[in-house]
Amino acid sequence: MKEKPDVLQGTLALMVLKTLDVLGPQHGWGIARRIEQISGDLLAVNQGTLYPLLLKLEHEGSIASEWGASENNRRARFYRLTGAGRKQLLSETRDWEQTTAIIARFFNVKAGDLI
Amino acid sequence: MKFLRRFFTRLSNLATGRRADQRLQDEIAEHLALQTEENLRTGMPPGEARRQARLKLGAGETIREDHHAEHSIPFIENLLFDLRYAVRMLLRSPGFSFIAIATMALGIGATTAIYSVIDATLLHPLPYRNPAELVRIQDDLPGVGAQGVGISVPEWRDLESSGIFQSASITGTGANVNLTGSAQPLRLSFKQVTPNYFAVLGVDAQLGRTFDPHDATPGYNLEVVISDGLWRREFGADPHILGRALRLDNDVYHVVGVMPRGFRDQGSTSEEQNVELWLGAGFAGVPFPPPLRSSRLRSRVVIARLKHGSSIEAAQGHLDALVESLKKQYPAEYPAQTAWTVRLIPLSETVVGSVRQSLVLLFGAVGLVLLISCVNVANLLLTRASARSREIAVRQALGAQRARLIRQFLVESLLLFLLGGIAGFGILFCAGHLLLRLVPESLPHLNDIGVNWGVMAFALTVSVAAGTIFGLAPAWLMSRADLIGTLRQEGRGASGSRDRSRARQILVISELALSLVLMVAAGLLLRSFWDLFNVQPGFNADRTMAIETWLAGPNDPTKDPYQTATQESVLLREILSRSRALPGVQEAAIGDEASLPLGHSDPGGLPLIREGIETMDNQAPVIDSPIVSPEYFHLLGMPLRSGRLFSDQDLEDTPQVAVINQAAAHTYWPGQYPVGKHVRLHRDTRGLVSSSQPVWTTIIGVIADARTESLADAAIPQIYRSVHQRPAKDLVIFLRGQLDSSTIATQVRQQVQSVDATLPVFHAETLDDVLSTSLSVRRFSMEMVACFAATALLLAGLGIYGTISYVVNEQRREIAIRLALGAQRDTILKMVLRRGLGLAVAGAGLGAAGALVVSHLMAGLLFGVSPTDPPTFAGVTLVLTAVALAASYIPALRAMRLDPITTLHSE
Repeated sequence: MKEKPDVLQGTLALMVLKTLDVLGPQHGWGIARRIEQISGDLLAVNQGTLYPLLLKLEHEGSIASEWGASENNRRARFYRLTGAGRKQLLSETRDWEQTTAIIARFFNVKAGDLI
Repeated sequence: MKFLRRFFTRLSNLATGRRADQRLQDEIAEHLALQTEENLRTGMPPGEARRQARLKLGAGETIREDHHAEHSIPFIENLLFDLRYAVRMLLRSPGFSFIAIATMALGIGATTAIYSVIDATLLHPLPYRNPAELVRIQDDLPGVGAQGVGISVPEWRDLESSGIFQSASITGTGANVNLTGSAQPLRLSFKQVTPNYFAVLGVDAQLGRTFDPHDATPGYNLEVVISDGLWRREFGADPHILGRALRLDNDVYHVVGVMPRGFRDQGSTSEEQNVELWLGAGFAGVPFPPPLRSSRLRSRVVIARLKHGSSIEAAQGHLDALVESLKKQYPAEYPAQTAWTVRLIPLSETVVGSVRQSLVLLFGAVGLVLLISCVNVANLLLTRASARSREIAVRQALGAQRARLIRQFLVESLLLFLLGGIAGFGILFCAGHLLLRLVPESLPHLNDIGVNWGVMAFALTVSVAAGTIFGLAPAWLMSRADLIGTLRQEGRGASGSRDRSRARQILVISELALSLVLMVAAGLLLRSFWDLFNVQPGFNADRTMAIETWLAGPNDPTKDPYQTATQESVLLREILSRSRALPGVQEAAIGDEASLPLGHSDPGGLPLIREGIETMDNQAPVIDSPIVSPEYFHLLGMPLRSGRLFSDQDLEDTPQVAVINQAAAHTYWPGQYPVGKHVRLHRDTRGLVSSSQPVWTTIIGVIADARTESLADAAIPQIYRSVHQRPAKDLVIFLRGQLDSSTIATQVRQQVQSVDATLPVFHAETLDDVLSTSLSVRRFSMEMVACFAATALLLAGLGIYGTISYVVNEQRREIAIRLALGAQRDTILKMVLRRGLGLAVAGAGLGAAGALVVSHLMAGLLFGVSPTDPPTFAGVTLVLTAVALAASYIPALRAMRLDPITTLHSE
């Protein structure tokens, strides 16, 4: 069986930021499920690894958190994007698109094109 | 930016002890609940749903650890843990901790104390801008054995225009002047300087101005710059002081500026640094001699500032070329046999050069003490490691990493060393002013010595460095314990500690060797000092006091009431007869400052022109020439060897006469009878320069040599002249008898001022004090080194005691078996003592080799004793061996008295 690719720390952070950008404030499980859904089970994420990452992003000021009530009316910690986080997401998205564009161009090159 | 923000949040979490654990637990509980619900929705049975949710979440402990690591800073947190553990360990064995901390406090405290002295003297000798550019220019005539003969004004002008220097300035060496007009005539230290002096030093006035560097007045420009101290003390910090007239030696000067607070003149003695008046002078007109190339300005110092970025070597090269061309240009002025040279000396060297060797020696000695303290503590740490080897083995068996263990031990030893350093610094800080009293007053920059931030940084740096170096080795050896062996032997740790016991022996041997080096140094210094102290000075200092006074020397000689010897004689005879009438006084005499044995600064010397041998000043050898009254030789007990002494009939209008000492007779008239020879001495710069006709002085007597210049020098040529023929301005009144030192100074002042109320009277001291002051730097370094050596010996004794005790403890089983098998008790005693002796011999051998090197390095500080003095070496080795044996004797006794049955049962 083919191993599911590991998620790089930086990529996961970007996914978290994008998720919060799209969905608005979310609790940890919501973020984890969203990432799982979108990646279509291709990524192996131990959901628990999300929590140290969330704390790191919070320390860096990209996201903020507060207690709130979940769907079933229990206490849950909700994370939301801050202004700094939005800026970071924008710039990282741009970087990422640039990188993929370059890689894509490399893959599209055929032997004949080089002459 | 992001990183910093994250770091500070974590740091504040760490500092405030805020925990995130509960939050994580809550979040995870919620997460699991949500995931379980989701799983239930997909139709899993409840048990399986919970299990799958947990699996999906991952290992709880890892998440917790990662989360915690993100929340706080693990490295610092571990360090805090280690620190807490270290403190607990220290508290658990208070005896050990106390000894270790006290040892380090001693080592670091002593080192820091000496460093604070060095910091103020050797490291910061000159409180001026770019001090490295400042040089002293010294003229030598090596051909006639004369050093520092002074510069002439034309030569100075050559230097100024040579382009080698930014600027060069002639300065007086610091002298005294009488400030009259206030309640009591004041004697103030002043310096005549060329107007560019302050430009050379690079200092400006805080009020008013300094002299105009381009001022070309030939004589005094009648401007005076005063010190901040004088301004505050005498003039109440008057802001309108500028333009005020001061009467100095009966001349009127106008104040043009006040130097900033904290400005100190350069010089090696506190007297030179405490100059309070600076007078601008061109040194080229009245009252100075005319600016001829041949008239050197004696007792003047030239200091200069080199061009930016120019090295002393390069400047010296240019200067040598200049000297050569001047010699060619003026062959008559610079006769070849005098070999005139001009030397550049870093100014800092002239300020602290005289004490550099002593201070370096002290720093070396104290460094050895520090090293011994460190070795001792390292030894203690190793001993304790053995006691803790079981703990270490258990922790390793439970999976503690070696690096982690080393780090923990290192934290422990660092804590010990740091506490020691802080304790040492604290003691120094509290007792600093007491310790300063031990420092001789003649040390340059005495007032700048202090315990400041730099000194504190030094103490902390030394503590940390020593803790790291001497903590690392024990930590490394401790963590290397043989796990299985140690555990199997129930913690006695005999086999795992072979490295350790070897390390400990090496440490003890080096301790013994280092202390031997120190003891030899102390022994040699002690012997030198003892010899010096007991040397026959050749004059009698008993019951004798010296009291100084100063006659004003106005710029216009005709205004001087004591212009001629005849005029001055009247005053001196009156002072002498009144002094003799004081209670207790048996004898009284007068001389100039140069006649004060061991108590005068370097007089510079005058050229001695012998009839028929030399014809010009600049060819002549230079000789010290005190001026004395006829009673001087009898009062100081300096016996006549041939000829006669001065009499009251030798007056200004009778033939000029002089008395020399035997050294002068041997040096300048070898194999001849000197009495009756004619000589001429270059006239002093002050006073009248008139006699076109050379007046010859006849030598009338030879006295025995006395160590009046330095106790270490048996014989320096001297030529004495009578004060009744040669007036002197700087007078010392000598009194002998049953004197009450507390009142005599006041009585003499009253008597002197009843003759002339303008004369200041100051500086009364007994000749015994003068004598002992002249030895103060030597005594200081001797006492310090002896104190360090005693400390070292004590520490080495403790070290060998600890090691032998440990060895005995380790071998008690073996000793018990031997005893049980019938070994004699004194055989056991000898066996243990032999161990101690072996260490002592090895240490003494190494130490003696080291001491030979060190004693040759300090040969310059020794007097009358050779650096390889066998009695010192033998005595010191004996003492060290005795101490080592005594220290081994106690554990040896313990070994001898072992009860085999109890010992073997208890194992």
